[in-house]
Amino acid sequence: MPNFDSLAYFLPELLLTGLIVTIVLVDVMLPASKRDRIIWMLSLGGLAVTALALLLQPATEQSLFLGSLAADPYSRFFKWIFLAAVAIIIGISPATRQLDGSPRHEYYLFLIAVTFGMFLMASAIDLIIVYLSIEIVSIGSFVLAGFLKDDRASNESSLKYVIYGALSSGIMLYGLSLLFGMAGSTNVFEVQAALVQMPPKAYLTLTVALLLILAGFGYKISMAPFHFWTPDVYQGAPTTITAFLSVAPKAAGFALALRFLGVAFGANPDLNMGNWVPVNGVALGSLMAIFAALTMTLGNVMAIQQSSVKRMLAYSSIAHAGYMLMAAVVLNSQAFSAIMFYLVIYLFMNLGAFLVVIWVHNKLGFDEIAQWHGLGYKAPLIAIPMGIFLFSLTGLPPTAGFIGKVYLFSVLIENGDYLWLAVVGAINSVVSLYYYVGIIKVMFLDAEPTDETLEGQPAMTGLILALVVPVLIFGLYWSPLLGAVQSSLKFFTQGI
Amino acid sequence: MASSILTILVFLPVAGALAMLFLPKERPGQFKWVALGTTGLQLLFALWLLASFDRSTADMQFTALASWIPTFNINYHVGIDGLSMPLVFLTALLSFLSIVTSWNITKAPRGYFSLFLLLDAGMMGVFVSLDFFLFYVFWEVMLLPMYFLIGMWGGPQRQYAAIKFFLYTLFGSVLMLLAMLALYFYTDPHTFSIITLIEQARTIDEQLWGIDMRILIWLALFIGFAIKVPIFPFHTWLPLAHVEAPTAVSVILAGVLLKMGIYGLLRISFPFFPVETIGFAYLIALLGVINIIWGAANAIAQTDLKRMVAYSSVSHMGIVLLGMAAVVSMNRGGAEAGINGAVLQMFNHGIITAMLFMLVGILYDQAHHRYIVYPDDYEDESLRGQLGFGGLATHLPVYSAFVALAFFAGLGLPALSAFVSELMCFIGGFSTFRTLTIIGTIGILLNATYFLRAYQKIFMGPANEKWAGLVDISRREIAMLVPLAVLVFWLGLYPAPALDIISVTMGNLLDIFEAAAAQMAGQ
Repeated sequence: MPNFDSLAYFLPELLLTGLIVTIVLVDVMLPASKRDRIIWMLSLGGLAVTALALLLQPATEQSLFLGSLAADPYSRFFKWIFLAAVAIIIGISPATRQLDGSPRHEYYLFLIAVTFGMFLMASAIDLIIVYLSIEIVSIGSFVLAGFLKDDRASNESSLKYVIYGALSSGIMLYGLSLLFGMAGSTNVFEVQAALVQMPPKAYLTLTVALLLILAGFGYKISMAPFHFWTPDVYQGAPTTITAFLSVAPKAAGFALALRFLGVAFGANPDLNMGNWVPVNGVALGSLMAIFAALTMTLGNVMAIQQSSVKRMLAYSSIAHAGYMLMAAVVLNSQAFSAIMFYLVIYLFMNLGAFLVVIWVHNKLGFDEIAQWHGLGYKAPLIAIPMGIFLFSLTGLPPTAGFIGKVYLFSVLIENGDYLWLAVVGAINSVVSLYYYVGIIKVMFLDAEPTDETLEGQPAMTGLILALVVPVLIFGLYWSPLLGAVQSSLKFFTQGI
Repeated sequence: MASSILTILVFLPVAGALAMLFLPKERPGQFKWVALGTTGLQLLFALWLLASFDRSTADMQFTALASWIPTFNINYHVGIDGLSMPLVFLTALLSFLSIVTSWNITKAPRGYFSLFLLLDAGMMGVFVSLDFFLFYVFWEVMLLPMYFLIGMWGGPQRQYAAIKFFLYTLFGSVLMLLAMLALYFYTDPHTFSIITLIEQARTIDEQLWGIDMRILIWLALFIGFAIKVPIFPFHTWLPLAHVEAPTAVSVILAGVLLKMGIYGLLRISFPFFPVETIGFAYLIALLGVINIIWGAANAIAQTDLKRMVAYSSVSHMGIVLLGMAAVVSMNRGGAEAGINGAVLQMFNHGIITAMLFMLVGILYDQAHHRYIVYPDDYEDESLRGQLGFGGLATHLPVYSAFVALAFFAGLGLPALSAFVSELMCFIGGFSTFRTLTIIGTIGILLNATYFLRAYQKIFMGPANEKWAGLVDISRREIAMLVPLAVLVFWLGLYPAPALDIISVTMGNLLDIFEAAAAQMAGQ
């Protein structure tokens, strides 16, 4: 679709851009004492308007701006995830003590800029946009990770993030340029058309290009062995940002990677069809299987050894990327829907767990596991939801995390070629129980009943309780969510 | 009523647990009454169910079916037959009595009783589910309350015991989950219905690494169930969990939870894969005999009375396994004796072991220890190697009489319930695994050894002055023991009513095995 006509389908992104500009302008005009509050309201209002525009967007499959972006139900699905995540994070930020003393108004600005980048990531169908959108998200995230200017850990976190980010996007860019060299086009559909006709002598180059590109994607979704930045960055960043990074950019990374790999490296990239086959010359499935097994095993093994709740959740988020990658091994429509389904559930349970970390941090000022002692008796309204989030992250019924895992395993079992990976995933679930339950043990088992109570923060408590609802409901009745996922499995496919 | 009775049985405790959330915290005494009322009502429903159960058919009764997740073909499907009926009744009875046992719980009563009711619901759900997915959800749901009940209200090593129990059983469960998904995807049409899968599962024709997929599924299910039974070498969680758990939870663990493993084998592994089961029958019998001997030998070595009772469960579950393995017997009479004996033994063991744990709990509540003989590493050096009690029979006559009854029932004295079922299991085993069964019968001797020795050391001999202050059991404690004692006598003298319930359904299972054996012989 030509540029001018595309604008109508680009309204949510335009609104976000408008919001960014407005914040910059308003920021200068407001007195310092009111900035944080007014820009907070402005941001949430702007996000609400964006959500409205997204809701009203026609559910068609279009390519925008001469084949750079796709506007389709698939990208829209992910945009909802991003909006939900960013709204929750912005919503709780005023109540987060850790951010006191930092200019929150600038922080909102960067969060919205990152959201804009994620919107592009979910729709990218052009190599240039792939690179640019990842960079928009990354640069905003670098700033956010280092937002606690006086905190050494936060600074370290930001610097590590920048260095790893620069390295991996450089590697990815090299891979993308190899693809461009082979295909002569930056449009993924034209790349695909060229790749299916590659002669056998090009297979090695093709595999190298794929590996280089996976370094970039792997960095965004913290896939082993490109995950090394994750624990330090997650630990040093403000906890709100850790929560955000562990959910939204990861979802964006999956949105981009799945579409890109599915289209560019698929022999029959009609993503609505049942079985996806990679182009000749790349063993994408086996590669992804190895990455998936590595990612979840490393994440879980490292998580066991942590004494900080935040760092443990950082490693656990690596493990969860690994579980989702299990389904990415197959890449058929069941795999797409299993991963999308899991991402929604992961949004609720992981954000929920991080909100509890923030709640405790606000109250007690630390996040060492040992110091959560007796929380089950002192603050049952927080500790019981935390227990539910943790059991859901483990994948125990009757929580949504269980159903999510069932669908991920189903993909492998139905396919039948990678059953070993399902066994690895199952054993990893058992391993993960050990460290998740470690927190529950400290909160409930180690302590004796006490009359001491920790209360307060009603708004955040309410939000935590609200996040429990979907975790429990989707554990018992998930048809509506599954329906939403499946109706979102419509892709722009450029007439293939 | 007939179609909703099972749903009521399962969800009544859930309703009770939810109701507790809304009761004020200020009056902690009310929670146990809610729990008692809920489980009492459940027991009445279970009695009604028992009375109206049709013994002449092997079909599922009191069934209810509703679509749950249509796109994944998951249904809410419940029903019972002669295999599940005794266990449903056992669950209701022991849950009710366990609440009576827990009467003196003061630590966080709201949490304790609501978790107990959730546990009750989970167990009940497992025994009535006819949809594998539903079965799995109940199977797992039960882990959470169990973890907290052991971990929060247990003994000194409760945290370690709780996490060990949790990790072991979850490991088994995830294997079961994979097996369940494999059953779903490799049958056509895709289904979780246990009844349909009895027909469909044997048609699976896939291979993995050159091994038949049915064998792999069988093994995955077997490990999942074996951990719960527990079958040697997966039993190491059991002594720890039983010893550390509070009395009422030990009663449920030994009385009901262990039966779930056997139930799973009989409900799922056996009918789904008769051919593979025939292939593995010798292994089951062998493991059964190892369980018998290993459990009994360990029980003899224990100085802690509760540990002794825990290991005796391992031994008794071995007898059940030996009886079950007899389904492959060419001798129909032997096979019938074995399988019916196994199911009856599950029920009897549930009753007897519940009595044993209750009795140990009663002693521990007063004496705050339960050593038969003080161990060699006991903290007070002067007591090491000394008798823990001694001569209790003189001033605790009623208590001693109940213990005598429970111990004699445990060692399989004729005229008491376990004698009948253990004999049937051994007869069944003997009809096909002669050598193994002969070795297994040594276990009876070993069982007698530790029960009688423990009785002698605690209750006979000169009275130990230190324990002169113990008082005999209260009316509440008598009330919770008497129903169990009555069942022990009744099923020992006249087991026919119980066997009537079981035998038609088990006959149906044996038909499946006869057909499978005939088919194997024909190939």
